Amino acid sequence: MAYSDKVLDHYENPRNVGSFTKDDPSVGTGMVGAPACGDVMRLQIKVNDQGVIEDARFKTYGCGSAIASSSLLTEWVKGKTLDQAREIKNTDIATELALPPVKIHCSVLAEDAIKAAIDDFKSKQHVDAKKTA
Amino acid sequence: MRLPIYLDYSATTPVDARVAEKMSKFLTIDGVFGNPASRSHAFGWAAEEAIDEARGHVAALINADPKEIVWTSGATESNNLAIKGVAHFYQKKGKHIVTCKTEHKAVLDTCRQLEREGFDVTYLDPETNGLVDLNKLEAALRPDTVLVSLMHVNNEIGVIQDIGAIGAMTRARGILLHVDAAQSAGKVPIDLETLAVDLMSFSAHKIYGPKGMGALYVRRKPRVRIEPQMHGGGHERGMRSGTLATHQIVGMGEAFRIAGAEMAAENERVLGLRNRLWVGLQGMEEIHLNGDMHARVAGNLNVSFNYVEGESLIMALKDIAVSSGSACTSASLEPSYVLRAIGRSDELAHSSIRFTLGRYTTTEEVDYTIKLVRDKVAKLRELSPLWDMYKEGVDISKIQWAAHH
Repeated sequence: MAYSDKVLDHYENPRNVGSFTKDDPSVGTGMVGAPACGDVMRLQIKVNDQGVIEDARFKTYGCGSAIASSSLLTEWVKGKTLDQAREIKNTDIATELALPPVKIHCSVLAEDAIKAAIDDFKSKQHVDAKKTA
Repeated sequence: MRLPIYLDYSATTPVDARVAEKMSKFLTIDGVFGNPASRSHAFGWAAEEAIDEARGHVAALINADPKEIVWTSGATESNNLAIKGVAHFYQKKGKHIVTCKTEHKAVLDTCRQLEREGFDVTYLDPETNGLVDLNKLEAALRPDTVLVSLMHVNNEIGVIQDIGAIGAMTRARGILLHVDAAQSAGKVPIDLETLAVDLMSFSAHKIYGPKGMGALYVRRKPRVRIEPQMHGGGHERGMRSGTLATHQIVGMGEAFRIAGAEMAAENERVLGLRNRLWVGLQGMEEIHLNGDMHARVAGNLNVSFNYVEGESLIMALKDIAVSSGSACTSASLEPSYVLRAIGRSDELAHSSIRFTLGRYTTTEEVDYTIKLVRDKVAKLRELSPLWDMYKEGVDISKIQWAAHH
């Protein structure tokens, strides 16, 4: 398999590997994929009071393209508002990493991961709002 | 030590220098280039003599009669010729064939083709150690069964089937037995005087001979008949037409001769290295050996590194050449059907690495591999959310994963 230099770079030097505390109300966690399919991504975002993503962390079980897609995603979401982050498309990731057709599903998974993380963060805010009310 | 290290001897082997040297003498104007079928001049006679010698070497390794060896283009062709050849010849007697789910695709796909032609095929489930249960085999045999096709050594997990016991069972019932021996010849002793095997497939390139060359053993006593699949000039007693590739055949003969002379010592050395590799990986958490450890060919070690995906591990192990059962390394995006058939979960199948050692593997290479694998698996587990969950005591099999593919 011939990988692009960008995939190899992210694979060999993955950015923002790690975890935040799941229970922190400023953290949104998205876990997508399935072990049986050979890829699981966990993306976490830390959101400030202005609704801007301050920091991001990931861990991924999967092939080189899946690891690179999630690593790239953590770089991209930092500094974005939740609405801006939701706009990230799998095709942007696939283009940036020059993923071959057989690996497009890795970028789809990354898009799913950021959406899931945003939804998780928002649902937490909702619960908090109810609690304070 | 040269990098990358080759640990994929079950995929193919380099041609032994002695074999290449011999082959080179059968190509050019200064060599023996004649058509072995030319009966009218010395060029043909010399080529035929070389073919006869090679046939003798192949027959000697498996204790067969040279007349029982049919040259083919490789084990895939041998499997096709044996299975289709028997099925077509004996179809009036019965149209039922028995094989196993862990066979090579050259057997499985040939059986699928016969199903399309109206034959009935039973695909046995192997046990979790990769071996076929003889009681289950016996239960699958029917009055209309004409052929059982089972491999001697599995290409992925290296397990050795008891073809002696299987042959006794099929012979007693008048059923023919075909054995794919592509991975066993030269690695496991084969004596066709005592084994009740009727047809056996061989490959040259798995034992330091050239690619594109193989043979099919077809028993003469009791006589086995096959319908040819390649029609033409009636070469190989009508069973496989086509001008014989003298240099390829000479190469296969020499490779089999060397295997016969060196097998015992080589097996002992390779087994020592394989065990050194396995011992070197001990102490790692969540590693699983695939296939039986004892009924196993010397050079094979197939291990699942749980919570690490196989293709990313292969990327990390770029200093060694190995193969994986991960979906991502196959064209079909399905994890290894062999590992699934022995009951491994998709996760473990995705996490598997096959190391196969051979004639040129050194202790230094094995030690390098051990260190590399330990380092890279640890690194990838740091990246793995599944490893985190395992460490937190979460049962991953109990989680409802969103279906993705």
